[in-house]
Amino acid sequence: MRFYSALVYLFLYTPIAIIALFSFNAGRSAIQFEGFSVRWYIRAWNNPFVMDALQTSLLVAFVSASLASILGTLAAVGLQGMRGPFRALFDGVIYVAVMIPGIVIGIATLIALITVFDLVNPALAAIWPEGHVSPRLSMGVGSLIAAHTMFTMALVIIIVRARLAGLERVLVEASADLYSTPFGTFRQVTLPLIAPAILTGFLLSFTFSFDDFIIAFFVAGSETTLPIYIFSSIRRGVTPEINAIGTMVMGASLLLLIIAQLVFRRGTRR
Amino acid sequence: MTRRERTWLLVLPAAIWFLFFLVLPLTVVLVFSFGERGTAGGYVPAFTFEQYASLPSRLTAFKNTLILAPLGTLAALVIAYPLAYQLAVRTSPRWKTFLLVLVILPFWTSILIRSYAWIVILGGQGLPAILASFGLEDVRLIYTPTAVTIGIIYGYLPLMVFPIFVSLDRLDKRLLEASSDLGARPFATFRQVTLPLSVPGMATGCLLVFILLMGEFLIPALLGGGRVYFVGNALVDLFIQSRNWPFGSAMAVTLIAVMLVTVTLYMRLVGRLSARQDSASVM
Repeated sequence: MRFYSALVYLFLYTPIAIIALFSFNAGRSAIQFEGFSVRWYIRAWNNPFVMDALQTSLLVAFVSASLASILGTLAAVGLQGMRGPFRALFDGVIYVAVMIPGIVIGIATLIALITVFDLVNPALAAIWPEGHVSPRLSMGVGSLIAAHTMFTMALVIIIVRARLAGLERVLVEASADLYSTPFGTFRQVTLPLIAPAILTGFLLSFTFSFDDFIIAFFVAGSETTLPIYIFSSIRRGVTPEINAIGTMVMGASLLLLIIAQLVFRRGTRR
Repeated sequence: MTRRERTWLLVLPAAIWFLFFLVLPLTVVLVFSFGERGTAGGYVPAFTFEQYASLPSRLTAFKNTLILAPLGTLAALVIAYPLAYQLAVRTSPRWKTFLLVLVILPFWTSILIRSYAWIVILGGQGLPAILASFGLEDVRLIYTPTAVTIGIIYGYLPLMVFPIFVSLDRLDKRLLEASSDLGARPFATFRQVTLPLSVPGMATGCLLVFILLMGEFLIPALLGGGRVYFVGNALVDLFIQSRNWPFGSAMAVTLIAVMLVTVTLYMRLVGRLSARQDSASVM
C-alpha cells in the first residue's frame, strides 16, 4: 500500500519535476539535458511578448479577483437575510455559473458581447459630435474582466457563505442588543470573522483567472494573456523557454495557494 | 433604509453582473441555436431546427467525449481509491493533512503546463525513445486516445482523491473494529463496511471529474493533436475558425442537454445504489 501511494506521488510530481529541470537546460532540447543554465529564464524575461502577456494576465487577475471578492461578499451577506423566490433564483444562477463548462461560458460571452457591440457601435458613432472619432467597444481586457469576475464571484459567494453559515448568530444579536447600527455590527463583528474566507476567495479567484485558458481564448479579442501565449507557443514547438515560463507560473500559483491555506487555517482556528 | 431594502442593495450588483454576463449570454446561445448562418459567418435571425438536424455530422466529437470522459473518470477512480484509503485510514494524523495537500496542490496549478509536460514525456524523444532502447521499437503514444486518457487521469486525479478521502476520513473507525471483533477478515470488512460507506465520496468525485471532462478542450487539443476530438475541440473550430455561430450554439446547447441527462441518470443510479445498501444493512 505504501509503495502504491509512493508510485502515485511519483506519477503526480515527475512531470512537474521534468518541466522544472529542463527549464535550466543549457541546450535547446526539452528532453536532453546539456548542462545547467538560466539562459531561458533571461530569455523569457527579455521577451516583450511574454512580458506583455504577463502584464495583461496580472491586470485581469487582480481586477477581477478584487471585484469578485467585493461584490461576492456583499451578495453573500445580503443573501443571508433573504428568503423566497428571488433567493431560490439566485442560488440557481450560482449553481449554473459553477456547473456550466468554461468553454460554453467563453462562447456565450463572445457572441453576446459581439452582438451587443455591433448594435451599440453604430449608435455611438451616430450620436458622437462631428469631427471626433467615436469610441468603439471591442473585446479585450474589459470582456476578460467581465467573464472572469462572473465566474469567480460565484466561487467567492460559495466560500464566504459557508463561513457565514458557521458564524455564531449570538454575536450579531449581542452587537445589535448593545445598540450597534447594522453597519457597525457588520464592520466590527461580521467582517473580521469572515475576512479569512474573503481573502481565500480572493486568492483562489486570482489563481483561477491567472491560469484560465479556455474562457480567455474566446473573449480576449486581440489581447494575449499568458496562458494564450503559452498555448500558441506549444503549438509552434517545444522549447525550454516554455519550461521556464511554466516553472515560474507554477511557482507563483503554489506560493499563492500556500498563503491561502495558511490564512484560511488561521481563520478557522480563531 | 429598511432591512429589506438593505438586503436588496447588497445583492443587486452581483445580480446585475450575473444577468449581463451569464444569463444574457446563455440566452443568446439558445436563441442563436435556432438561427441561420450569415454568408460571412455570424448569425442571421430565423427560427429553424436546421442546426440541430445537422448535428450528426459532428457525431464523432460526441462519441469521443462520451467514451473517453467516463473511461477517464473510471480510471481516475480506480487509481485514486487506494491512495485516498491509505491517507484516510492508515496514515497518522501528523502526516495526513500534509500528504493530502500534496495530492491536491497540482490541481491548482495550470492544467495547460501540466499537459505540456506530457507532450514532452509521451513525444517521440521521450518515453518511446526509452522503450526503443529496451527493444520496444515504434511505440506511438502522443496524439493517441491513450495519451488523452493519461492526460485526463493526470489532470483530474487530485479532484477524485479529495472527496473519497473526506468520506473515508469521516468514517467511524469503531465500525471497522466492531467488524473485525465479530470475526470478519480484513477484506470482508473492507467489502462490507468501508466500501459501501465511501460510496457518497466516490459518487461526488466521479460527478466532479465527469462534469469537467464533458467540456474539456485543452487535454485533447494538446495530447490528442486533432486526432482525438472532443465536443470542446469542435466548439473551438466552429467559433474561432469557421465562425459558424448558429451551428456552434446548437452544439453547445446539446452538450449541456447531454450533461443534464447523464448527470440526472447518474444521480438516480447512485441514489438507488445507496438505497439498496440501506436495506441490505438493515437485514
